[in-house]
Amino acid sequence: MHTIEVDHLTKFYGSARGVMDLSFTVEKGEIMGFLGPNGSGKTTTMRMLTCFFPPTGGTARVCGHDILKEPLEVRRSIGYLPESVPLYLDMSVRGYLRFFAEVKGVSSKARHGRVEEVIRKCGLEQHAHRLIGKLSKGYRQRVGIGQALLGDPEVLILDEPTIGLDPRQIIEIRNLIKELGSTRTVILSTHILPEVSMTCNRVIIIHEGRLVAVDTPENLMSRVQQTPQILVRATGPDEQIIRALGAVRGVTAVQRHAPGTAEPHGYRVDTEPGARNMNELARVIIDHGWQLREIRPVDITLEQIFIKLVTEETEA
Amino acid sequence: MVSIFTITKRELQSYFSSLIAYTVIAAFLMVSGYFFHTNMVMFGTAAGADLRLGLWQQTFYDMRFVLLSLMPLLTMRLFAEEKKLGTLELLLTNPLRDADIIIGKYCACVLVLVLMIVLTFLYPALLAVVFSLDPGPVAAGYLGIFLMGAACIACGMFQSSLTENQIVAAMSTVGMLLFLWFLDWNEGIAGPAAVAVLHQLSFSEHFFNFIRGVIDLHDVVYYLSLIALFLFFTRCSLASRRWSGIT
Repeated sequence: MHTIEVDHLTKFYGSARGVMDLSFTVEKGEIMGFLGPNGSGKTTTMRMLTCFFPPTGGTARVCGHDILKEPLEVRRSIGYLPESVPLYLDMSVRGYLRFFAEVKGVSSKARHGRVEEVIRKCGLEQHAHRLIGKLSKGYRQRVGIGQALLGDPEVLILDEPTIGLDPRQIIEIRNLIKELGSTRTVILSTHILPEVSMTCNRVIIIHEGRLVAVDTPENLMSRVQQTPQILVRATGPDEQIIRALGAVRGVTAVQRHAPGTAEPHGYRVDTEPGARNMNELARVIIDHGWQLREIRPVDITLEQIFIKLVTEETEA
Repeated sequence: MVSIFTITKRELQSYFSSLIAYTVIAAFLMVSGYFFHTNMVMFGTAAGADLRLGLWQQTFYDMRFVLLSLMPLLTMRLFAEEKKLGTLELLLTNPLRDADIIIGKYCACVLVLVLMIVLTFLYPALLAVVFSLDPGPVAAGYLGIFLMGAACIACGMFQSSLTENQIVAAMSTVGMLLFLWFLDWNEGIAGPAAVAVLHQLSFSEHFFNFIRGVIDLHDVVYYLSLIALFLFFTRCSLASRRWSGIT
């Protein structure tokens, strides 16, 4: 059984599109990245999965419970952090977590232990007694994630959990999410692409409410990058280097690598799929007595994948 | 049931940790104490010394005015604040029914009202020391005050569920409550048939029986149905997210 099973989910607000005919599954123990530009329908989908509002068409099952028929069961198996990280600013961290533990039906005996465990897990020990309104953004985010963890849910749904944090906090939150993802199913929405390749096992890309792709970050990269590219940086006579590189087995094209004017020059070498000719490229440079400064395969970024997939979609 | 209690508890905490409850209760006690004092002096020295019924009739009549003006301040935050903070989305995606949230919040507010009213029991208690007190009219008057206050809360909660701006919630509640109070004060221009209907609908007509010392089932049912109606409206307002997509 899939932990999350989304089945032709559709949402309209009046005549305005929310999402259209979305179908995908998420397995136990997966961290699923939910990727799309602002307004593409990420939050709408999450709100349907958490039974905030029902879909206009289609349905979804979370841990075997149908979102239309058993909303309370679904909500019990999900820990949700909305994008705005809603908090009662006039409550203490501990008071807030106790309240939500009670709401989630954690028994009064287990409640104290559960709240303290979450405080520990989210690194809030030093701040547990403080008013939430006095906390910095990063700590507020942790309180929000703590809230989602209280009921020990099988599924965590986090809407843009790292937005507005400083780089150090982002790393901390990502590590926390990775750690949580080892025992639970996590859906994580973001419009920050590198975040997905860093934390997620699989990616869903949606654009204008429609599913564009579901795959692992690696597969998506190889799907877009049909011809592997290699970047070579060397000092030497420009023309000769380009000619020499072009003569190597499996090379289809060589271009000056434009960005930056810094020495030494870079060359972008297009190769045939499976050519595996990095050694030969290096040898050509060395044999000619030029200085080899760098040679590496060019990884296509998720940005490029995203733009490519989205443009393909609009062209189709 | 447990969830309702949880919500009520948090609302009460919030009322008493933010000073809202203290301020509203203090304002209520100050103004109604002032009215009670004035009325007692007036009825004790003039106005036929009618301390048995007349004093209370006037006092409850004045107290109702204080309630009409203060209840919106108590109810304005109930949903508007949660919408502004975004916490309503959190409550509605936790294992709670819409009705649990509504009833939990309503109960908290009613408990504050009860506390406010109970504190004024000091007035009859003081009077009873020096004057034999007839508990009947006082009890009826208090029941009227409580029911009207509870109806004001239901109305205010509904208004609060319509907006994320607390001031808007308060102002629209004031407007609504004043309108309900003065609804049938237009005998001069409305025809007798219309006035008969308006009488049935207005706050004031049903309230007057209580302060006359009469508990009429018909008046009790009026207030209870008004409460039920506004709670139902609140539920519809929360449910509007189903098609509008926003809370």
